[in-house]
Amino acid sequence: MPDFLLEIGCEEIPARMIDAASQELRERVGALLVRERLGGDAITTFETPRRLSILASGIASTQEDVSEQVTGPSAHVAYKDGQPTQAAHAFAKKAGVDVSQLERVSTPKGEYLVAKVTRKGRSAAEILADSLPKEIATIYWPKNMYWRKPNERFVRPVRWLVAMLDGQTIPLEFDGIPAGSQSRGHRILTDVAVNISRAGSAYVDALRSAKVLGRAEREQQIRKALDAATRTIPGAQWREDRSLLETVVNLTEFPSAILGAFDSQFLALPEEVLVTVMRDHQKYFAIQDANGKLLPHFLAVLNTDSDPQGLIRHGNERVLRARFNDARFFWETDQKKSLLERLESLKHVTFQKDLGSYYEKTQRVQRLCSWLNEQLKQRGIIVRPGVVHKAACLAKTDLTTELVKEFTELQGIVGGLYARVQQLDTTLPEATRLAIADAIYDHYKPESTDDSVPRSLEGAVLSIGDKADTIAGMFALGLVPSGSKDPFALRRQANGIVKVIAEKKLPLHLRELMQDARTGYHKSQAEKKFVDDRKYLESIETFFRERLDFYLRDVCGYAYDVVKAVLGADSDDVVDALARAEAVKRVLHMPEFQAIGAACKRMRNILRQAEEKGNAPAVSAEPLPDSAQEEKNLFTYLQQSGANVEDYRKRKEYLPALQLLATAREPVDKFFDKVMVMVEDQRVRANRLALLRMLLKEFSTIADFSEIVTEGKS
Amino acid sequence: MKSTSSNPLTFQELILRLQAFWAERGCVLQQPYDTEVGAGTMAPETFLRVLGPQPYKVAYVQPSRRPADGRYGENPNRLFKHMQLQVILKPPPENVQELYLESLGAIGIDLRQHDIKFEEDNWEAPTLSAWGVGWQVMLDGLEITQFTYFQQCGGIDLLPICAELTYGLERIAAFLQDVDSIYDIVWARDSETGKAVKYGDVRLADELQFSVYNFELADVEKTWKHFELCEAECRRLLESYAGLAGDKGNTDGFAREKSRFPLLAAYDLCLKCSHAFNILDARGAISVTERVGVIARVRALAVGIAKAWVDQQRTGPDERSTQAEPASEKKIKKEALSSVGS
Repeated sequence: MPDFLLEIGCEEIPARMIDAASQELRERVGALLVRERLGGDAITTFETPRRLSILASGIASTQEDVSEQVTGPSAHVAYKDGQPTQAAHAFAKKAGVDVSQLERVSTPKGEYLVAKVTRKGRSAAEILADSLPKEIATIYWPKNMYWRKPNERFVRPVRWLVAMLDGQTIPLEFDGIPAGSQSRGHRILTDVAVNISRAGSAYVDALRSAKVLGRAEREQQIRKALDAATRTIPGAQWREDRSLLETVVNLTEFPSAILGAFDSQFLALPEEVLVTVMRDHQKYFAIQDANGKLLPHFLAVLNTDSDPQGLIRHGNERVLRARFNDARFFWETDQKKSLLERLESLKHVTFQKDLGSYYEKTQRVQRLCSWLNEQLKQRGIIVRPGVVHKAACLAKTDLTTELVKEFTELQGIVGGLYARVQQLDTTLPEATRLAIADAIYDHYKPESTDDSVPRSLEGAVLSIGDKADTIAGMFALGLVPSGSKDPFALRRQANGIVKVIAEKKLPLHLRELMQDARTGYHKSQAEKKFVDDRKYLESIETFFRERLDFYLRDVCGYAYDVVKAVLGADSDDVVDALARAEAVKRVLHMPEFQAIGAACKRMRNILRQAEEKGNAPAVSAEPLPDSAQEEKNLFTYLQQSGANVEDYRKRKEYLPALQLLATAREPVDKFFDKVMVMVEDQRVRANRLALLRMLLKEFSTIADFSEIVTEGKS
Repeated sequence: MKSTSSNPLTFQELILRLQAFWAERGCVLQQPYDTEVGAGTMAPETFLRVLGPQPYKVAYVQPSRRPADGRYGENPNRLFKHMQLQVILKPPPENVQELYLESLGAIGIDLRQHDIKFEEDNWEAPTLSAWGVGWQVMLDGLEITQFTYFQQCGGIDLLPICAELTYGLERIAAFLQDVDSIYDIVWARDSETGKAVKYGDVRLADELQFSVYNFELADVEKTWKHFELCEAECRRLLESYAGLAGDKGNTDGFAREKSRFPLLAAYDLCLKCSHAFNILDARGAISVTERVGVIARVRALAVGIAKAWVDQQRTGPDERSTQAEPASEKKIKKEALSSVGS
């Protein structure tokens, strides 16, 4: 049972793509081994910027032979007077056996000839050589290229291939490159070919001596190096940053780290700016003291083993100094023109080519925020309208600053920082000014599901208004995200709206919000290109329902069927949906609800079938003199409990409402046990259908219980 | 502690070394193009040469003008006009990355003493309808080169493709000389007196005066007019070429007409438009709604010229002899691993 090795040697693969591609290659090879009956125990990957490798053990050298029974002509055609006919000979020849070896089997259609054929298993090397190039070629890359022929595509040029079964090379070829047993080591630290003696651990060992480490080892080595470098400053710690760590792991083959320093006078710049420069532009880790305060040091991860002369540290410090100097220069230059004075320049900044400038967007968002303030006020939530209005007015002005032009990821944050230091309006009290600054600072939040929501209510309103305006404009233009296509990150923005509403517990209705956001474009140039309102609202509703579904399931962790049931009743009010989901989750374990779920499905089916057959329910249900006792009981139950459930529901006390609903189980079960709905008598039937409809409606106001998965639920 | 060497290269030595390096590897050494361009890519030695099947290897310094990047000579890291050393290898040799790393050795960078990384950076030029994939090459945290495999240019898929290496000369010189301001880079040193001429001595006035012109004094109306005149002239040429292409049969006389048609002049006019656009942009004279439209107008010219150029190369007897030179190919030190046999 040989070991298998495949190494695709490549020019530097973008760090962000390595893990997914490696995983995909593993799945592809795994599926290939299964498909071709080649066994294979543990399949592991080994990936660096310059290679994607697959290692597997326990591969069958050859496929097992397969015997098959091939059916031929019927016996009475194949034999005449006991002698094989032309048909029998032809069949035997085709099957590759002698006529004397043909057998007869009985089938319902009569007697037929069969031949037992053995298909020889092919060798693993032959199969792999045939199939692997196709698997390599079909790996998905977010962006690929060609370098030889337009139909040969990969993420970067492939430069070598290693493919082996134990010590034997597999004769495969990909894009003109024949596989061999020679790999390559670290670009700088070694300059010799690396001979791979055989597949298996010998490969990993050979690469290690050539200064190339696997992913996990690199991460470990980086953590150790970061720790060691940080220890030289008493009490300091490096700021953990998962995505940065993953990036540097995939930018190196043999990592180490250096500790650098910068002039502490730069600490006068806001921490946000310093950290962005270090992390996003230089891929450095920031260092803080025991109180979390930034220290004038940084950690750079290198793709080499050491920096004996300190040249690398010196170079990195030089680059950072220039970057910080730039940032300081931009900061100072920006102060020459206040945010307020920049408002006018937003006329020259495009928001979206059909939707006009950021100046126009600012006006729309201000209007939408006023509407939001009003909605919240009517429902008893007081937002300082002046703060929201001013913050909305200035929110986008930082797009014209040098600092944001240079560090685009700081949009919003820079506006907030500038608003904090600038005299926005001499009449404004300090606290108001700071509240405005905070709202601007936070208004892009949350930028991901892990990110926090704006701190203040005013920031929340601005965040919602800004995002809703963008989504409304794009959807009205028909630019609806589909599949992996979401260039304006509308999903992320809608997730943000849902999260802000949920966490701030805002009594807002998504439909109204998005209708009003659409109104903001009324009589604009863009409107000529808009889709009609019905189509707009339909796509918006589907979209937000998916976003709410995502929030309840992936962020809050509610079960699939709970979310489906809850959103089946309504998906317009985020806070309400959350409350219902929580209540449904709590009662779900009760046997009553398992039964009610089943009953709801049954009611739904009966009503559907009745409708298909043209049996309409009565306008309303009423107890008839000739009604069955169980029917009357159920009716009484509905009248008595129904009103109470409704009261709870109106007060949004969903748990007691559901607990009360649970008592419906008995009358419902008895009804279904004893009463036949689809009876001949049209009047009785219509009345019973009406009863079921009422009942189903009663149950479905909180959640659509027919969606609850009843089997195998603990 | 100083950088790699105690006697670092001057700015002009840096250029000379890189040019010598690539000349030895079979590149034609071109001179900077004499019309304003925003990047070395826009010079016809790149934009037009990458089109079509002819192999070509060329290296040249290209002063690149980006009016909006001007800082009146006050910012130590930003320039209105910077120098790129542009290398085009068409098709890219298999060991192109190794060749590039060798070129760093040629300018005194011992890679064993430094940290080098190839980090994803894809390139796109909407006004040229061109794009490619590649890396920014990072040396001790400093981006020193843009390394791009061209895939498309003027809207045309390239075959063969080429590798474009764009060295940022000021950055590399500042790194080698370990100075914090571009203006402190030693441009030249008089070997007799030892007196240094600095980058600032050579170029500061340039930076200041062009910043004043581009940001403050350029006449918007006249610049627009300039743009429109060049555009009209370029379009006129493209239309008459299209007339030739659409006409009659494929007679010899007709082929000659085509092959002598001044598409190169049309391309110059397109570059003039692009530069006028950049000035207008720096001047803040292009509104939101106009911007996309103006870029599209320049792109239309570039795409039109690229199409016509490919057509012209196909028709005309090609008088430009640009055969690959097998002799110089052999001079390239074959990288030990470049062919991996089984």
